[in-house]
Amino acid sequence: MYGITRRFWRHSARLAIGLLLMAGLPGLAAAQLRVDISGVGATQYPIAIADFSGSANAALVPEVIRADLTRSGQFRLIGTSGASLDAGSTIDYAAWQARGADYLAYGSVSQSGDHYTFDYRLVDNVRKAEIDQASIDGTESDMRRIAHQIADRIYEKITGIRGVFSTRIAYVLQTGNNYELQIADADGQNPQVMLRSKHAIISPAWSPDGKQLAYVSFESGKSVIYVQTLATGQRQPISNFKGNNSAPAWSPSGQKLAIVLSKDGISQIYTINTDGTDLRRLMRSPLIDTEPGYAPDGQYLVFTSDRGGSPQIYKVAADGGEAQRLTFSGSYNVSPKVSPDGQQLLYVTRRDGAFRIATLGLFSGNEQILTNGPDDQSPSYAPNGMQALYSAVQNGRSVLAVTSIDGRIHQTLSVLNGKVSEPAWGPFTH
Amino acid sequence: MSSRIIRTLTIAAIAGALAACSSVPLDENGAGSGMDSSASTGQVMDPFNPQSPLAQQRSVYFDFDSYTVPEQYRGVVEMHSGYLSSHPGQNVRVEGNTDARGSTEYNLALGQRRSDAVARMMTLLGVNANQIEAISFGKERPKALGNTEADYAENRRADFNYLR
Repeated sequence: MYGITRRFWRHSARLAIGLLLMAGLPGLAAAQLRVDISGVGATQYPIAIADFSGSANAALVPEVIRADLTRSGQFRLIGTSGASLDAGSTIDYAAWQARGADYLAYGSVSQSGDHYTFDYRLVDNVRKAEIDQASIDGTESDMRRIAHQIADRIYEKITGIRGVFSTRIAYVLQTGNNYELQIADADGQNPQVMLRSKHAIISPAWSPDGKQLAYVSFESGKSVIYVQTLATGQRQPISNFKGNNSAPAWSPSGQKLAIVLSKDGISQIYTINTDGTDLRRLMRSPLIDTEPGYAPDGQYLVFTSDRGGSPQIYKVAADGGEAQRLTFSGSYNVSPKVSPDGQQLLYVTRRDGAFRIATLGLFSGNEQILTNGPDDQSPSYAPNGMQALYSAVQNGRSVLAVTSIDGRIHQTLSVLNGKVSEPAWGPFTH
Repeated sequence: MSSRIIRTLTIAAIAGALAACSSVPLDENGAGSGMDSSASTGQVMDPFNPQSPLAQQRSVYFDFDSYTVPEQYRGVVEMHSGYLSSHPGQNVRVEGNTDARGSTEYNLALGQRRSDAVARMMTLLGVNANQIEAISFGKERPKALGNTEADYAENRRADFNYLR
C-alpha cells in the first residue's frame, strides 16, 4: 500500500514555469508561443528524462519530452545530472528511486547522414521493470514529431490514458486586417498557414480523420463554408446559400456536416454531405438555432438556441425532432461541445459579467466553472478529454489557453504578435 | 413624373425629416442636415452617388439586446424600400452587426436577426424578396473598436449595401 501511495507526489506549490520554446524553423509563420503553467493541488508522477546518448544534434528530443510532460501538469521532472545512459544500460532502480524518480526514460540515438534512429526505454523504478521500449526514426526535421510520439507513449504507459502531444490545433491569427488560418502542434510550435485572407475567417472544425478543415470565410463579402484538405491545400466552398453559411461541425463518420444557414430567415441548423449534396433542415425553430456539435456516437447534436428567451444549450436527435434543454444556470450558455466519452458538456457561460469556460455532467447534472474570464471563448476538448483549449483575454491581449478538465492546471499559449481566436483542438491521427 | 417617383421622393422627405429630428448617430457626418428641403427640390435618388440620401443614410441602429427596427429608423427603411421597388433590377445586401461581446457564431446569428428584421420590413413595404439578401458579420466587422457603451451601440447596426 505504501508503495502505491508514495507514487503520487502531492504537489501543493504553485508552478510558474515560463518555457520560451523557440520554433526556429525557417519558412514557417513567425509566431512564437509562450507556455505558462499555473496550478495547485494536482497529483503528479515523478519522472526522470535522461538525455539520449549518441548524437548532440538530438538534444531537442528530451527537451521537448520534458516540456510536454510538464505542460500536462501530471508529471514532476526529476533531475538527471551525472547520468550517462544508453539503450543498453543496466538501470540501478534503487538509485533512481532514491533520487525521487518513480520512472526513468532514456535511450540512444544513432545518426546516418540526415537520418536518426531513436531507441527509447521507459522503466518503473518501483516495480524494477522496463514498461516500454520503441525504436523510432526520422530526419532532423522530424525531431519534434519523434519527441511528441515518445512523450505520448510515456504518458499513456504511466497514466493509462492516451497522450495528445502529437495532435494539432487550428486557430485564427489576426494582425491588422490580415487573417491567417493556422495549424500548429498541440504545444503551439511549428505553426503553418493554411489560408491567408483580408477578410475574417471563423469557426474552423477538424474532420474526424484530421485530414481536412471546414471553416467559414468572409472573403466573398459574406459567410461561406469551405472544406480544405490539409495535405494538398485544396479547398472548395461546400455551402454558399443565400444569407449566412456558418458553424460547420463534422459528423463522427466524417460524411456529413451540421451547418447553420439563414436562407429562410434567421439562423437554423441543417445537415449536408461533405460534397455539398443532400441538404436537410434539422428542425424548425421560432428563434436562433446555431453552434451545432455532434455527440461522439453521432446519435444526437447539441446546439445553442435563444428559443427560451436567453441563449441556452439544447440537444436534439441526429434526425431531428423535439429538442431538450440542457443548461439552466445563468442567462448565457453557448458554444457547446460533448466530451469524447459522451459524459460531459463543455461550453461558455456568462457569470457576473464574465465569459467563463464550464463543464456540465450530462448524467450527474453537476456544473463546474473552470476559468475566471473575463472573455474566454471557443472551447474544445483535447481528444483524450483531459484538457480544454480556448481563447482568452489576458492583460488586454488575446491568447490561446488550456485548462485541465478538472480546472486545476491552467496554461497559456500566447502568440507574441496579433490577435488569436477560434481555436479548435484536432483529433488523434495515429 | 410617375407616381412611383413621387412616392419615392415623399418617402425620402419623411426619412430626411425623421433623421434630422432624431439625435441618434448617423452614418456620416452632416447626413441629416438639409435633407428635407433638398429632397423636395429633387434630391438625386442614387445609392452610388455619395450626395444621395440613399448613400448617406445606410444604417439602422438597434437597442441593446433588441432585434426589432426602432421606430425612428422606419423612414430610412421606407426610403430604401421605395427605391428598390422602383428599381426591380437593383439588388441590396442588408448587413447585420453586433457588439464584440460573446460567442462568434451566436453573434453572427444575432446580427442576422437584425438584418432579417430589416429585410422583412422591406418585403412588407413591397420590395421583391429576390432583391434582398440579409446577411450578418456578427462581431467580425466592428465600426467602433472601443469597449465603451457608445462603441457597443455603434456596432448594433444593420447597413444597406447596394451591389453593382
